[in-house]
Amino acid sequence: MNKFWVVMSHTYFSRLKSKTFLVTTGIILLLIVALTNFQGIMDSVGSDDEGSAPKVAIIDETGDFFNPLEEQLNAQQAELELVSFQEGEEKAKQAVQDGEYRGVLTLQPSENGTPSGTYYTKQIAENSISGRLQQALQQVKVSVATENTGIDQQTVNGIFAPVAFEKVALDKEAKTEEELSEARGLVYIMLFLLYIGVIMYGNMIAQEVAQEKSSRVMEILISSVSPVTQMFGKILGIALLGVTQFGLILIVGVQSVKANMENLEGGIFTYFGLGDANTSTLIYAGVFFLLGYLLYATLAAMLGSLVSRTEDAQQVVTPMVLLIVAAFMIAMYGLNAPETMLVTVTSFIPFFAPMLMFLRVGMLDVPVWEVGISIALLIGTILLLAVVGGRIYRGGVLMYGKGNIVKSFKRAFQLSKKES
Amino acid sequence: MTLSLNQVTKHFGAHTAVDHLSLTIPESQIFGFLGANGAGKTTTFRMILGLMDASEGSIQWNNETIDYSKSHLIGYLPEERGLYPKLTVKDQLIYLGKLRGMSKQEVLSELDHWLERFRVPEYKNKKIEELSKGNQQKIQFISAVIHKPKLLILDEPFSGLDPVNVEQLKQAVVNLKENGTSIVFSSHRMEHVEELCEHLCILHKGKPVVHGGLKEIKRSFGKKNLVVHADFDLTYLRDIPGVVSYRAVGEGCELQVEAEEVAERVFEALQGKGFVRTFDLEEPSLNDIFIEKVGASYE
Repeated sequence: MNKFWVVMSHTYFSRLKSKTFLVTTGIILLLIVALTNFQGIMDSVGSDDEGSAPKVAIIDETGDFFNPLEEQLNAQQAELELVSFQEGEEKAKQAVQDGEYRGVLTLQPSENGTPSGTYYTKQIAENSISGRLQQALQQVKVSVATENTGIDQQTVNGIFAPVAFEKVALDKEAKTEEELSEARGLVYIMLFLLYIGVIMYGNMIAQEVAQEKSSRVMEILISSVSPVTQMFGKILGIALLGVTQFGLILIVGVQSVKANMENLEGGIFTYFGLGDANTSTLIYAGVFFLLGYLLYATLAAMLGSLVSRTEDAQQVVTPMVLLIVAAFMIAMYGLNAPETMLVTVTSFIPFFAPMLMFLRVGMLDVPVWEVGISIALLIGTILLLAVVGGRIYRGGVLMYGKGNIVKSFKRAFQLSKKES
Repeated sequence: MTLSLNQVTKHFGAHTAVDHLSLTIPESQIFGFLGANGAGKTTTFRMILGLMDASEGSIQWNNETIDYSKSHLIGYLPEERGLYPKLTVKDQLIYLGKLRGMSKQEVLSELDHWLERFRVPEYKNKKIEELSKGNQQKIQFISAVIHKPKLLILDEPFSGLDPVNVEQLKQAVVNLKENGTSIVFSSHRMEHVEELCEHLCILHKGKPVVHGGLKEIKRSFGKKNLVVHADFDLTYLRDIPGVVSYRAVGEGCELQVEAEEVAERVFEALQGKGFVRTFDLEEPSLNDIFIEKVGASYE
C-alpha cells in the first residue's frame, strides 16, 4: 500500500511540475477568462469610435419613410444614427468611402407605395447594421401596406403576435419544461467534460506507460513494485492531476462568471439552466464521471503496456478513442431524444453507460433498478478489466518489439501465465 | 541467505528458454552466470526476481519464495539499461529508492556517498539525458545498490564501460560482497568472471552445461594447455596420442592435451632433439571451457 502512494504521488507531482501541464492549464484558464468576459471584451473592442452610434446616411426620395424608419429603429433599441442626406447618391457613396458614414441607404417607393431600399457600404460581409436596417424597413413596409388596405394597427399586431403554446408532461415524476432545459445544460456540460477528460487523461496514461517501457525503466520498476499496484497508482495519480486541473478551471470559471454575471444573464448561461442544478443529478454526474474515468483509464493503461514506443501509444489507443467518440455521438443525439431505443439500450453497455445512463438519469425519470443495473455492470466491467489489465500489463511491460495488437495481446497474456 | 533454484523450467509456447536448471548460490559470494546470447540468462534472472513465473520447478531464497514484500532486500541491474531521461539524477533515485522502501533522507545521504565514490558529484542535479552512456550506467548501478540489498542481480554490469570505470565498478561489487551481499552476475567477458567469481554456471540453450566452483571446474575439465617453445621442428608432436589440438606459433607451438600424463609423454618426446626454451603446462582458461562447451554445439 505504501508503494502505491509512492507511485501515485510520483505520477502526480512529476506531471504537475512538467512544462506541458503548466502551459496547457495556463492556456485553458486564459481561454475561460476570455470567454466569460466575452461581452466586456467585445464592447471595449467595438467602441473604438467612442460612444457615438454608427452613422448611416439615408437618401429618401419621398421623405415619407425617414421618420417611421427612425421610430422603428428606436423601438428596437438599435443603436444607429440616421442622417438625412440631401446631396445626391454619388456624394453619399463618396462620403461612405471617406469613412464619414458606415453606409448609405436609398429608399424608393414601389408601385403600391411600400418602401424598398438599397444599402451601400464598403464591405457587405459585415451585416449587423444592414440586418437591423432591413428589419426596421420590413416593419415600416408592413405598416404602410396595412394602412393602404385599411386595416388598423391593432388588428395587425394581433396577427403578428406569437401563438400561445405550452408543453405539459402527464407523468407525475416527469420533468417540467424548465427542469428539462436545466438538466439538458448540466448533462451537456458533463458529457463534454467526460469526453475531453477521458480522451486527454486516457492518452496521458497510455503515453506514460509506453514512455516507461521505451526508456526501459519499466524493468526496474516492476522488480520493486507489482505491476498491478503500479498500474493503479498511475491511474489514480493521473486522476488526481485531472481533479487538480478541472478544479482550477472550475474555480477560475466560477469566479470569472460571478464577476461578469450581469453581462451573461439572459445569454447562454440561462439556456443551460445552471442557475440552480438538481443535487441528485450532480451526484450522478460525480458517480458516472468517476466510473467512466476508471473504466477508460484501466483500458488505456492496458493498451499502453502493449506497445514499446511512445509513438505507438497514440495508435494503440485509437480504438478506445473511437469508442468514446461513438458514445459521445449517441449522447449528443440522445440529448434531444432521450427516450429512444438506441439510448435506452446503450445506457446498459458499460463502455457507453457513463455518458448515456447519466443522460437518461439527468433528463428522464429512470427507475432506480435500471440505474443500479447499469452501475453494477459498469463496476463489474471495471473489475474485470482491472484483473485482465493487470495481467496484460504484467506480461506486456516485459515485451518489446513490434507486431499487431491482437498478437501482442495474446503474447502478453501468455507471458503472465502461471502455468503453461 | 542462500538462493536455490530447483529444476526450474520456462517455456514460451513451444520454445524452452530454461530447461531444468538447478543451482545453489551461496551467501556472500559472487556467482557468475555465463552463456551465449539467448541462452536464458535474463529469463532466469526475471524468474528469480518474480517478474515471471517458472513453468516448472521452484526458486527459493532462504527457504522462502521471492515476492514484492522482499523487494527492499533485492537489487537489480537489468541488461537493458533504463532510467527516466527527463528526471534529474536526484529525483530519479529518490523515486526508485522510495520504491525499495527507503526514506528520502536515506536516499540523499547514500546518493552523495556513491556519487563521491564514483567521482561524479556534479551530476546530482543533472538530467539523465544529459549524461554520457557510461555515466548513465554508473547512475543505474547506484540505483541497484543504493538500498544495500542482500541479493544483487547484475545483468552484464560492465558492458560499454571504459577500463577505468570497469575497475571502479568491480571494486564496488567486491566491497558489496565483503559487506555480506550475495551477488549473481552475468557477463560475456570471461576474464571478469574468472577474476570475481568463486562459483559459476555456464548456461547453454537453457541447460546448465557447467556448474560449480571455478577451481573444480577447471580441474575436472581435464584438458590442459601446453606451450612449447623450441629451436627445432615440433610438428611431430601432434601425432602423440592424447594431443587434442596443435597450433604453430612463432617460437614453437601450443598444444591442447587430454590430461597431465599426455604432457609427460610430450616432455619425453622432446628429449634429445635440441634446446627447449619453454615448456609450460597451464590450467585451461574459462574462455577455453566456454568455447568447448558452448561453441562446439554451434557448428
